[in-house]
Amino acid sequence: MHAYANPTRFLAIAKPLTPWLLGVGLLLLLVGGWAGLTQVPGDYKQGETARILYVHVPAAWLGMGGWTALAVAGLVQLVWRHPLSGIAARAIAVPGMLFTALCLATGSIWGRPTWGTWWEWDGRMTSMLVLLFLYAGFIALTNGDEGQRQGGALSRGAAIYAIVGAINIPIINRSVVWWNSLHQGPSITLRGSSIDGALLWPLGLTLLGFSLLFGAMVLMRMRRIIADNRVAARLRRLADDEGI
Amino acid sequence: MKAKHQRLVLALFALAGVAGAGVLAASALRDEAAYFRTPVEIRDGKASVGEPMRLGGMVAANSIRRQSDGLTINFVATDGKASVPVEFKGIVPDLFAEESGMVADGRLRGDGTFVADRILAKHDERYMPPQMGEMPKNMKAPATT
Repeated sequence: MHAYANPTRFLAIAKPLTPWLLGVGLLLLLVGGWAGLTQVPGDYKQGETARILYVHVPAAWLGMGGWTALAVAGLVQLVWRHPLSGIAARAIAVPGMLFTALCLATGSIWGRPTWGTWWEWDGRMTSMLVLLFLYAGFIALTNGDEGQRQGGALSRGAAIYAIVGAINIPIINRSVVWWNSLHQGPSITLRGSSIDGALLWPLGLTLLGFSLLFGAMVLMRMRRIIADNRVAARLRRLADDEGI
Repeated sequence: MKAKHQRLVLALFALAGVAGAGVLAASALRDEAAYFRTPVEIRDGKASVGEPMRLGGMVAANSIRRQSDGLTINFVATDGKASVPVEFKGIVPDLFAEESGMVADGRLRGDGTFVADRILAKHDERYMPPQMGEMPKNMKAPATT
């Protein structure tokens, strides 16, 4: 597990992988977006409005998937003290929050013409807003802390915060099942999809495209944190050499 | 026991504790966090007259009536077990239709009619091309892929 603890070995993989994730992700997004907007029919009930799901659904999944990864990184930090776990958690938080915000924004835009409201305090929307605040809290907690320029490790408090915050993920997922909500029930479950195949396939493309883009953002941010750490370490060495 | 294992056990205990607390909170919220009441809950007397609340249900088939002022509509909201007559004066969302879901903000009047100040449309989790949406109702929903 500690084979990639050495940042040099991690960078040897992350560096060439980044442009691939970025390029293929953008390509898939372009094809998926084009197909979703022009090639598939509108929904039988909502018409053209339903096409926003090709952005809304991947954004929601990545917002939730981002926190799941953050919690795993927090656990790995807490238990195994893996040197990359804190760096990964710091790198995930910003794109995770970005996609959560994108989900809330597209959901609001979608809700106005279909439900007749921009915002309602139902279980799904409220729990998703809580996720946005959790991300904001994590970023506030870790940005500029002691670990940021000393290897990137999370403080114990931040790691516990990441793990405890994960309780919100199943709540978001089940919110439309447990409680009466304005948001409809799950369309895609383990038993299949109630989105017809004719409308479903561009979603696969945009989901994969956004996921690769998310991965590229995380790798770029991890590399940046590692580079910052190296600069800080070098400056410290220089200062020591000059006997300051 | 190595320190690493101690930390793992501690973290797992903490996780289990938090998950337990979450489940307890969620089940306690079960009633309170509901976004709306259903007609059967109104029938069972869980709503009192004049109390502001939300009512959610399906708009019963052939139940929408427009009054002569052209603005006020009457329809029946149902959840399959009970139904409540609803009166609303205003503009409804585009997706508001018979045999489709809706949520109404308002209060119960003494005669058992729910007077709504605002109506939201609720749609289900199915998405399909228009041709399939026009299939006869006795046909099953399109096969999942």
